[in-house]
Amino acid sequence: MDIASRISQLVIYGIISGSIITLGAIGLSLTYGILKFANFAHGDVMSLGAFVALFFLAIFRLANLPTQPLYPLSFGLPLILAFILGMITTGVVAIVIDKILYRRLRTTGSVTLLIASVGVSFVLRNFIQFVWGPQPRYYIKKIQITERIPFLGVRIKPDEVFIICVAIFLVIFLHLFLKNTKMGKAMRATSDNMDLARVSGIDTESVINWTWAIGSALAAAGGILAGIENKFITPNFGWDMLLFIFAAVVLGGVGSPYGAILGGMIIGLSGEVSTAFISTSYKPAVAFIIMIVMLLNRPRGILGEK
Amino acid sequence: MTVLEVDNIKAGYGDTEILHGVSCRVGEGEIVSIIGPNGAGKSTLMKAILGLLKPSEGRIIFNGRDITGKDPDQIVKEGICYVPQSDNVFPSLTVDENLEMGAFIRKDDYKKRMDEIYQIFPDLKEKRKTKARKLSGGQRQMVAIGRALMLDPKLLLLDEPSAGLAPKLIQMIFDKIIKINQTGISILMVEQNARKALEVSHRGYVLAMGRNRFEDTGEALLNNEEIGKLYLGE
Repeated sequence: MDIASRISQLVIYGIISGSIITLGAIGLSLTYGILKFANFAHGDVMSLGAFVALFFLAIFRLANLPTQPLYPLSFGLPLILAFILGMITTGVVAIVIDKILYRRLRTTGSVTLLIASVGVSFVLRNFIQFVWGPQPRYYIKKIQITERIPFLGVRIKPDEVFIICVAIFLVIFLHLFLKNTKMGKAMRATSDNMDLARVSGIDTESVINWTWAIGSALAAAGGILAGIENKFITPNFGWDMLLFIFAAVVLGGVGSPYGAILGGMIIGLSGEVSTAFISTSYKPAVAFIIMIVMLLNRPRGILGEK
Repeated sequence: MTVLEVDNIKAGYGDTEILHGVSCRVGEGEIVSIIGPNGAGKSTLMKAILGLLKPSEGRIIFNGRDITGKDPDQIVKEGICYVPQSDNVFPSLTVDENLEMGAFIRKDDYKKRMDEIYQIFPDLKEKRKTKARKLSGGQRQMVAIGRALMLDPKLLLLDEPSAGLAPKLIQMIFDKIIKINQTGISILMVEQNARKALEVSHRGYVLAMGRNRFEDTGEALLNNEEIGKLYLGE
């Protein structure tokens, strides 16, 4: 394969992994925007979503739901239902964690919240390992053949088209929510200025609940899509993705969901395309270097304000 | 009739008491100014009235109801709206969205109120879809006041409405304040620009070192030689 077609193939991989990173990065950026702390448990929230979906898959198998794949995808209706339920459950769990823990620490400052989130990360990861064990768990056992995209000369699996479409759908959905609904506008207002939001009469507690729910549900979606792409999940995979997610958020501008989308795609693309020139094991290093260069030159990120 | 009655309140930040017993009163339909040197506790008084600070002593009665120690969102629902001195708009929201956020707790249709506010501030009308960040200082101040008016409050608290504005805009803001007052909204403002504030006020208070110093009609305070020397820079 010549270098041009190899790179265009890597761009496809980059868009796929960028879609997954983006979904994680949006949630991290939203919670940062409103609660002003870096949530180290966000990667593990992605894992949690993926394992919760696995749990629902197992239930559907017991319930004898029809499992034949939806052509041309390699999975059927149960996984799609588990996807939706996984997102909802993870959103609810995030609100519960906030009520139990973060809410009580809210007045103590962002460093305390950050340390608390490291603790949450440990608890989630070990809870997952305790329940599902350390070995990889499979979403899909079937092997899927890649299809050639006409004219472009690149290959992609139908499942991967699904991943990209779901990510685009969720991003558009989020955009419309933030732009047009009263709660979405209140979220942006609270992110701009929490004190002013309070004196305007905005119910900032319910804004915070919505932020956790949406950010974590999107993280769960990212985790489940990662499971579909890799076919399997391990308790550590979300934690391992955290660096890429942080890099995406820093790159796009902390607190800006649109920046997170841009940052996620750039990190995904640069990581994959770099493998044309250097070893795959340097992917995290590429993300790190981009993050450091950005912090040195423009600490507020591409779309960050102030 | 009295709209607001602040009775001998003490308040501050942490262990530092700033207000050592301050009282003031706003009657229905009045514009009342609080003037005084830096550090007199003017802004602290505003924050205490709105519930952003909890007074350690004293009472705040609004519309015959005790609101001492309540949270800001409850006080807003009672009918007091507040325009902070700085950071008083949502920069990433459009002018329309800023006003909409002012009406967050309204369950009814707020569109009519929005039109009324655009009548008070016609300059904002053509900027409806512009993000507040892109506005000039004067326009931003109008958005901030407009947002606070969305709930049709009984009492409007203004913290240094003319701060940082060019002289021409200062006059414009005070003209708007009179106009708003004529729609039946009582106004309590804190001003560094004491002379201008007293000119438009029915009554005024002079605060110093966290205590009441003087209290009189706006005109009488302006003509008082001692106040002129000490606080109006003559």
